[in-house]
Amino acid sequence: MSEIKIAHHLQHERAAADRTLFGLWMYIMTDLLMFAVLFAVYAVLQNSTAGGPHGHDIFSLNFVMIETLLLLTSSLTCGLASLSAKNKDKKQLFIWLVATFLLGAMFLSLEVWEFSKLVNEGHTVSTSAFLSSYFALVGNHGLHILAGLIWIIVSSIFIRKRGLTHHMQRKINAFSMFWHFLDIVWIFIFTLVYLRAFI
Amino acid sequence: MKELLLGKLDKNALPHEWFTIGGSVTFILMFLAVVAFITYKKRWRWLWDEWLTSVDPKKIGIMYFIVGGFMLLRGALDAVMIWLQQSLSAGSSHGYLSADHFQQIFTAHGNIMVFFVAMAFIFGLINYIVPLQIGARDLASPFLNTLGFWLFVAGVVMVNMFFFLGGEYAATGWLAVAPLSGTQFSPGVGVDYWLWSLQISGIGTTLGAINFIVTILKMRAPGMSLKKMPLFTWGSLCSMVMAVTVFPLLTATLFLLFLDRHFGSHFFTTDLGGNAMMYTNLVWMWGHPEVYILMLPAFGVYSEIVSTFTRKKIASYASNVIGMIGVSAFALLVWLHHFFTMGSGADINAFFGLMTMVIAVPTTMLFINWLVTMYRSKILFKTPMLWFLGFVGTFSFGGMTGVILAMPPADFQLHNSLFLVAHFHTMTIGGVLFGALAGISYWFPKMTGLRLNERIGRYAYWCWVSGFALAFVPLYILGLMGATRRLDHYESSTGWQPFFIVALLGGILIMVAIVLQVVQVIATIIQRKQLAVSGDPWNGRTLEWSTAPVPPAYNFAVIPEVTGSDAYWDIKQQASKKVVYEDILMPRNTASGIYISAFAFLTGFAFVWHINWLAIVSIIGIIAVIVSRNFDENTEYVLSAKEVEKIETERNKEFASKQHDIKKYEDADMGLIEFIRVVLNWALKTVRLKK
Amino acid sequence: MARKHKSNKSSNTIGLVFLGILGLALLIALLLQGNNVALLNPKGQIASNQYNLLRNSTLIMLILAIPVLSTMFYFAWRYREDNPKAVHDTGKTHSKKLFVFLWTIPFIFLVILGNGMLRANYDLDPKKPIDSTKQTITIQVVALQWKWLFIYPEQGIASLNLAEFPVDTPIKFELTADEAPMNSFWIPNLGGQIYAMTGHSTTLNLMANSLGDFPGSAAEINGEGFSRMNFTARSVTDSQFSQWVNEAKANGQVLNWDAYEELIKPSENNETSLYSSVEANLYAKVLIKYMNVEGH
Repeated sequence: MSEIKIAHHLQHERAAADRTLFGLWMYIMTDLLMFAVLFAVYAVLQNSTAGGPHGHDIFSLNFVMIETLLLLTSSLTCGLASLSAKNKDKKQLFIWLVATFLLGAMFLSLEVWEFSKLVNEGHTVSTSAFLSSYFALVGNHGLHILAGLIWIIVSSIFIRKRGLTHHMQRKINAFSMFWHFLDIVWIFIFTLVYLRAFI
Repeated sequence: MKELLLGKLDKNALPHEWFTIGGSVTFILMFLAVVAFITYKKRWRWLWDEWLTSVDPKKIGIMYFIVGGFMLLRGALDAVMIWLQQSLSAGSSHGYLSADHFQQIFTAHGNIMVFFVAMAFIFGLINYIVPLQIGARDLASPFLNTLGFWLFVAGVVMVNMFFFLGGEYAATGWLAVAPLSGTQFSPGVGVDYWLWSLQISGIGTTLGAINFIVTILKMRAPGMSLKKMPLFTWGSLCSMVMAVTVFPLLTATLFLLFLDRHFGSHFFTTDLGGNAMMYTNLVWMWGHPEVYILMLPAFGVYSEIVSTFTRKKIASYASNVIGMIGVSAFALLVWLHHFFTMGSGADINAFFGLMTMVIAVPTTMLFINWLVTMYRSKILFKTPMLWFLGFVGTFSFGGMTGVILAMPPADFQLHNSLFLVAHFHTMTIGGVLFGALAGISYWFPKMTGLRLNERIGRYAYWCWVSGFALAFVPLYILGLMGATRRLDHYESSTGWQPFFIVALLGGILIMVAIVLQVVQVIATIIQRKQLAVSGDPWNGRTLEWSTAPVPPAYNFAVIPEVTGSDAYWDIKQQASKKVVYEDILMPRNTASGIYISAFAFLTGFAFVWHINWLAIVSIIGIIAVIVSRNFDENTEYVLSAKEVEKIETERNKEFASKQHDIKKYEDADMGLIEFIRVVLNWALKTVRLKK
Repeated sequence: MARKHKSNKSSNTIGLVFLGILGLALLIALLLQGNNVALLNPKGQIASNQYNLLRNSTLIMLILAIPVLSTMFYFAWRYREDNPKAVHDTGKTHSKKLFVFLWTIPFIFLVILGNGMLRANYDLDPKKPIDSTKQTITIQVVALQWKWLFIYPEQGIASLNLAEFPVDTPIKFELTADEAPMNSFWIPNLGGQIYAMTGHSTTLNLMANSLGDFPGSAAEINGEGFSRMNFTARSVTDSQFSQWVNEAKANGQVLNWDAYEELIKPSENNETSLYSSVEANLYAKVLIKYMNVEGH
């Protein structure tokens, strides 16, 4: 009887995990659509500089390259983290989570630094429609990164407290999907916002 | 210091005009009355444990109906105020409302009716019925469902908040078109209230929609392939897929408008490169599909009703499903027909006009499909069927005017006229609201174990239909006469006044209908003994009818096996099997949804009034609750097979005592006169007892 | 029981009869209004073509709607449960033939209606100049906070809340807005509508076929003065028009940039007024105000 119960329970767990994963995909799709709007708005407004600066006047490609490298590397470490979660290797998991966190935090601080530099130079969100859309798009991505960082901190705390349960494995898995998604969005930002400005 | 603490909030924000004072006093009195009643009955604990924190989609569905019902009254009152102003304000008379106040009322009317009435009813039906129809015990994420509901409630509170603080709502029309909604033309807090009300409830809708898609696609009873899914569930699935597709667009658009208003950016402003036409595009990319999000579940309701009350399988199930999928697919490609007049050019207009007309094909097909179903059937004439016929009449008329409006050259003349207003009211009232009311009267026995009073129901129905004709046919005529929408005043030489007065009478008749529906529910409760019915009073065809009325929290003690598209019909034809009960894993109730929504409300409120500290604190609050909920592993409990068996045995005993025979239908129902007599008697008795 | 049953039916009958009377009354009201119904009494070429499209497509749709609806209501009555005369056959289900039938009928109507729509769409494109032996007159329209400014670049005059033009002459309206939200320009008797937006110039070609004063309005919500943002479109003879132009030149005020700056301040219920001279290229200057000047 109890074996049947356990089997039943496992089946239920698997079904629940399956649903969570599917729901997560749906969520990511809605988020992607939101980014799609921001990209479209940027595409419409990128030349509406109203006498203000264009992208190639204020962006530094080298700087953005560093940001991109940081984020791509963090995607790699994040993938490794989800692999070690799958293998139930708690120590490795922590190493990779910390690495992901540090890379993400570095990326975010660079972005904040870039924003504050622009604002100090007088290029703010209210300078022109072009800059409004730039700040909205890139800033929104930054907010998502911030959410991801909070996610890492919280999951680490809970894993320390409760160990690497099924529940936590699912969370790490979900985080990894979210993080890769942000990476892909960034690649679009990198090409469509930064690279395009210099072509 | 004061600005740091309270932002832009000061004592001028307190109510000081007759409508804000009146509104806030009414709300406070209503609130106090409810609080006093619950305290008197000592029902706080019960309310909190059984209802407010419930994750049971059936209870959440009912709560949607209750909130939606109150908002319907509020919205209908707005409508009557609009018509009253328009009936009075001709020539030298300027009515009783200022232009600004009038504009706020029709804006609020639109928002409330679409977001907090139609959406509430549709989501209520989906919540209650879809899990039952697919043979599921609960939703994929019961928590997301409460969260969605409570975010919706936060939106409701936000839309009414201006009565208490600020004293003004948006005066921009229900979609707050830019640049009118920018700070240049709307500097007050009205648009901000509008924005946050929609933003918060919109996010709730997105979450709810994700939840239902996962539920419908992953949790159907064994044997129920997509090809055997009930049509209401199909309509809901199409609707929810559209919702996840377009609500993110609304969220993003509102986010940009928020940046414009709060941080001085230039997305939709007239100056510094802003592009207001982009707002119109974005908001209609969401706004048009939105009406189909409401309409598709209603199509589903009608299909269920036709099939049940004709005692026939729907004539062409496949066509019905393909039709609904077609409608939702094409609905995503037609948004530009809301502004043919922007001057996009003939080619673009032709494309969008044609796409819009294409939608008429599946819709017409649905009508013919229902018609064929009715052929040689055996029709049981009850109020749900009446609602269906009312829908047929109004919606086909509205559909024809819709095709006219879809033709750019005709639309050039009718755009923003009262003809357009009449058209979309025909679709939303005749289609969506009638659908919701049909659905409620159809499934009422399932939700309460009582069937609704037929007789007063018929009175309400006829008042609705005639009130509707009286109210909106004059608007079609006015549109043809050249009256634009949203007029707070016009010249008497136009000859419009009589038509506005007739429309007002229609509005009043609709109010009477709404009151009659309230009476209908009360009369049903008074006669609850006579009107108690079994779980399957209409001889239904789909799984929800297989459970006893007011299904238990777990819906099905034993998950049914499905063999055809009319699952319960098939089951009824077979011999009953022996029941083996099993342990059931149930979700625990949670208040996290309430807390998150409360913080979301505070966040919105803080942004409305520029109170930065409160915004930061509330956002941290939201994150904290989400984290604690997300990492809570103790969200479910086990209901053992024994307990299930005990509950089921008791229920079956009760079930057996209920009336199964629908033939004896009208006998018991009290009429209006009897209702008044009973109520008076009761009142007299109460007074005498007090003495 | 029999008595109750009767009351069931009678309340439905009363409802139906009431609804029927209502419909009839409203129809009669519509007919009595006659000439007041602007869209059914077009006074301009575009409006009459638009009316034709409206009428024809309504008639075509009725060909489908009347049979479907009347059969539907007939079936609902005929196949009611307690009708002993009706044949009840609740077993019949889906067939391939039915599937084809269901989809073909609406599709045929789509083809017919769509065809008519497409032709009218290109024919009545507001940008398309109207063919006429007479020279087209251009009127530049600026939507302001709650008034309409009409500039006559060829005549060198302007007017407020009054658009006067000769009959049977193609008129090309060019529209924009200044310090105002989106507006929609509508003369129901002559045809319409087109948006007037800051930073954009839209075009609407119209032509009046008869003399008279036609009401014009702003159809898009634009703030407090929305309902009072009306103007008169006056169709006159050629000689009356030149007389009007001369009168404006003789007695009108001067609309230079300063006067214009004063004019664009929000105001409601403005009287019609005439301007003898207009700041050079005023319309273009208004447009350029909102153009995104490229910085580099």
